[in-house]
Amino acid sequence: MEVRELTCVACPMGCQMTASIDNGVVVSVTGNTCPRGKKYAETECTHPVRPLTTTVKVDGGKHPVVPVKSADAVPKEKMFDCMKVLNEVVVKAPVKIGDVIVENICDTGINIVATNIC
Amino acid sequence: MLKYDLVVVGGGPAGMAAALKAKECGVEKILICERDETLGGILEQCIHTGFGLHYFGEELSGPEYAARFIEQVEKTDIDVKVNTMVLDITTNNVVIAINKQDGLMEISATAIVLAMGCRERPRGAISIPGTRPAGVMTAGTAQRFANIDGYLPGKEVVILGSGDIGLIMARRMTLEGAKVKAVCELMPYSGGLTRNIVQCLDDFDIPLKLSHTVTEIRGKDRVEGVTISKVDGNLKPIPGTEEYIPCDTLMLSVGLLPENELSRSVGIRLDKVTGGAVVDQYRETNHEGIFACGNVLHVHDLVDFVTQEAQTAGEGAANYILGKKEYADYRIHTKGINGVRYVVPQRISMDGSEEPVKLYFRVGQVFTNATVKVTRNGNVIYAKKKRKLAPGEMENIVIKPEDLQDFSEGDYLFIEVEG
Repeated sequence: MEVRELTCVACPMGCQMTASIDNGVVVSVTGNTCPRGKKYAETECTHPVRPLTTTVKVDGGKHPVVPVKSADAVPKEKMFDCMKVLNEVVVKAPVKIGDVIVENICDTGINIVATNIC
Repeated sequence: MLKYDLVVVGGGPAGMAAALKAKECGVEKILICERDETLGGILEQCIHTGFGLHYFGEELSGPEYAARFIEQVEKTDIDVKVNTMVLDITTNNVVIAINKQDGLMEISATAIVLAMGCRERPRGAISIPGTRPAGVMTAGTAQRFANIDGYLPGKEVVILGSGDIGLIMARRMTLEGAKVKAVCELMPYSGGLTRNIVQCLDDFDIPLKLSHTVTEIRGKDRVEGVTISKVDGNLKPIPGTEEYIPCDTLMLSVGLLPENELSRSVGIRLDKVTGGAVVDQYRETNHEGIFACGNVLHVHDLVDFVTQEAQTAGEGAANYILGKKEYADYRIHTKGINGVRYVVPQRISMDGSEEPVKLYFRVGQVFTNATVKVTRNGNVIYAKKKRKLAPGEMENIVIKPEDLQDFSEGDYLFIEVEG
């Protein structure tokens, strides 16, 4: 049985949690104060994911870039691959909040969406 | 002269929430003055997520959080003047503002909500020795360059200060291909949220050097490197511990200062610890009819709490404007002692209100398994165990109305940490 100490990043509370892992399966989580913490610990110990936020270039917008986010958290090890794709993207203004900028980025099944108007 | 029931100075999250709440409470003529070109304030450049978990129950980016309030403001008849700088406020509640379209304006207001936010401490505020090359900037300036203007402000970066903006920028720069060589923190603990240390530094193996500071900046035109040193218990650099780190950028995340020039000029009393106004539970300052909320009052770590506080101020201003407010017979004081650095509100107006009073406070050091206690005249009226208390995380407690009976003018409520 492996025991891991974790700081939850699900919200700014940052709960200190302890997860017990048996054969690659999380069997218990303590220290969390909400169900999101338990979910975070289980994911973190098996296949860690992170929300990705960055900007992409805009053609003809109010600003040269518009902020975007991954609609859901992406696998941690694919963050830099996603950045590589997003650094090449140029979108045409106008952009609205929620517009899909890249579909299924790096085959993660996750879309990149705009988080501001431009 | 223009005439408004309420003038809100600042169109960030605090200003918008205060104006919207006042509107909801029945105030008719409201004006928001914003010096930037859009509403939203600093949220517009905070493109990371983590906003709105408390208030909306979902995780939003800064611009998304701001947009929800901007849309609401646009649906009301609240007047908004952007690109408008408030220059002064007179003692009879006249706001002096200027912009390109209207020129110099005198705006008479029944009540005013101050929501100017805060700004970052710059290099000059911490006196770092060395040359004065380009490439020394606050983390917030770098954030604006990267997230709004589309520039990468450096390639090899050292960050001084582990406040949240510094941590967020460490990740942002790394994702954009820059190398963040170290984050130095003068104190033996970080000033940022723990989650940000985990997901902004640990995730990318960026070293956090606690009890370290920058003791020299080198470079002629552009930063070429910085010398960092370990500090002792009195925060003085220890000779012999110097380490030179080549870099082209030094980012500073060394604290935020409420921006209270306007408050000072109208004679509002400021709290030496928060840097913001001394207010009561309605966020009214010592100047009748002038309220303050958000980061201009005290620096918050979560915008959700800014929104809540601004709604309190907006409602307070509305009650004042509509004549619904009982004049307080007297006021009592709150005070942080034994590990509690400050408490907001600093005073409680005793006006016979039956409402509970929420006190926000910050501790001065890290505590684990400690008890937060509130006492009056030596009697404990509130006690709660806390697993962890840290300077970077604002706490709050609620005082029940029955515990606020039978006070005399000038009495104190003490908030302290035990253990």
